[in-house]
Amino acid sequence: MSAIPNKIARRPFVAGVLAERGDALIVLGLGSPTWDAFAAGDSPEYLYSWGGMGLAVPTALGVALAQPGRRVVCITGDGEMLMGIGSLGVVADQAPANLAILVLDNESFGETGRQRGLTSARTDIAAVGRAFGIASTRTVTEQSAVGELADFLFKTPGPALAVAKIALTEDPWALPEKDGAAIAQRFRAALGAP
Amino acid sequence: MSTHDWSADVFRAMQARNIATVLTVPDGGLTRLLRMVEAEAAMRLVTLSTEPEGVGVATGCWLGGSRAMLAMQSSGVGNCINALGLPAAFRAPCLMLVTMRGQWGEFNPWQVPMGQATRPALEAVGVKCFPVDRAEEVGETFAAAADLAFYSRTSTAVLVGQRIIGAKGFGQK
Repeated sequence: MSAIPNKIARRPFVAGVLAERGDALIVLGLGSPTWDAFAAGDSPEYLYSWGGMGLAVPTALGVALAQPGRRVVCITGDGEMLMGIGSLGVVADQAPANLAILVLDNESFGETGRQRGLTSARTDIAAVGRAFGIASTRTVTEQSAVGELADFLFKTPGPALAVAKIALTEDPWALPEKDGAAIAQRFRAALGAP
Repeated sequence: MSTHDWSADVFRAMQARNIATVLTVPDGGLTRLLRMVEAEAAMRLVTLSTEPEGVGVATGCWLGGSRAMLAMQSSGVGNCINALGLPAAFRAPCLMLVTMRGQWGEFNPWQVPMGQATRPALEAVGVKCFPVDRAEEVGETFAAAADLAFYSRTSTAVLVGQRIIGAKGFGQK
């Protein structure tokens, strides 16, 4: 664990970010980021995930390439991001101006028993992103950063990567639709995808 | 080793089907096709760090309303197995063009375990496999696999046999 415990409470923080999304498409990592978004209010423009660990950023990149006129924001966790960490290199290489990524970093595998994660000591995902070539990165540690973070995620030219150091909290279950075909159908219909 | 230009057949089938994004960790057998994709302004070549990223990008492209495909060596298939649960869960298509190693006259023993496991591993996660051993048949097989994937929303893989590509010898056998 860090010397100073993380302070940001994830549920109100994610709700605050999503309140500013406009018409951005939101691609969620499996587990808690999906629960956080659903708890903040359901939308057909949210792509929920229950699996495929490591594929949140690649999936968001695919949506961003297919929908260059829409803002796409991926919200995922630190463990999920690390499993697909090379995808930050792919994002840097493709450089989609409409893609931003928010990593909710509680430094733990929260879903599986709160085991410590690699970001709890020395690993810094924003620094990894910069080293891969994502020029626009930031790390936020305060709840009050939500407004400036929303601007960063939804308005600044991408690719952009933010890390929010969030507290390890116990939140009520908020489980959305689990049927992937239903989630995909709804998302595609909202986009008018053929 | 055949001289028929199967890469050109695949490229034409891609153009006819608006498959405009190719996700790849390159392989020697894919060199010609990847060059054609890179040279075509209407297509995009996405270089990956590892193959499962391509499963995610292909799924995301389809969710966003466009068509992509994954091109990789058979060893990359092993990296993709859990990832292939993503298009399966979304009932999304993932089209794969796989150049085989570890079968016809393989020189490198390290390629053999995954090469031999490629088809059973793909089938175990529900991917429909189309092995081809004649260069003249790659194009039509790819076209059929692409149509099955995109119209029936399922994952398909064309396995281009090492007999077509030729075994790499590194100057010795």
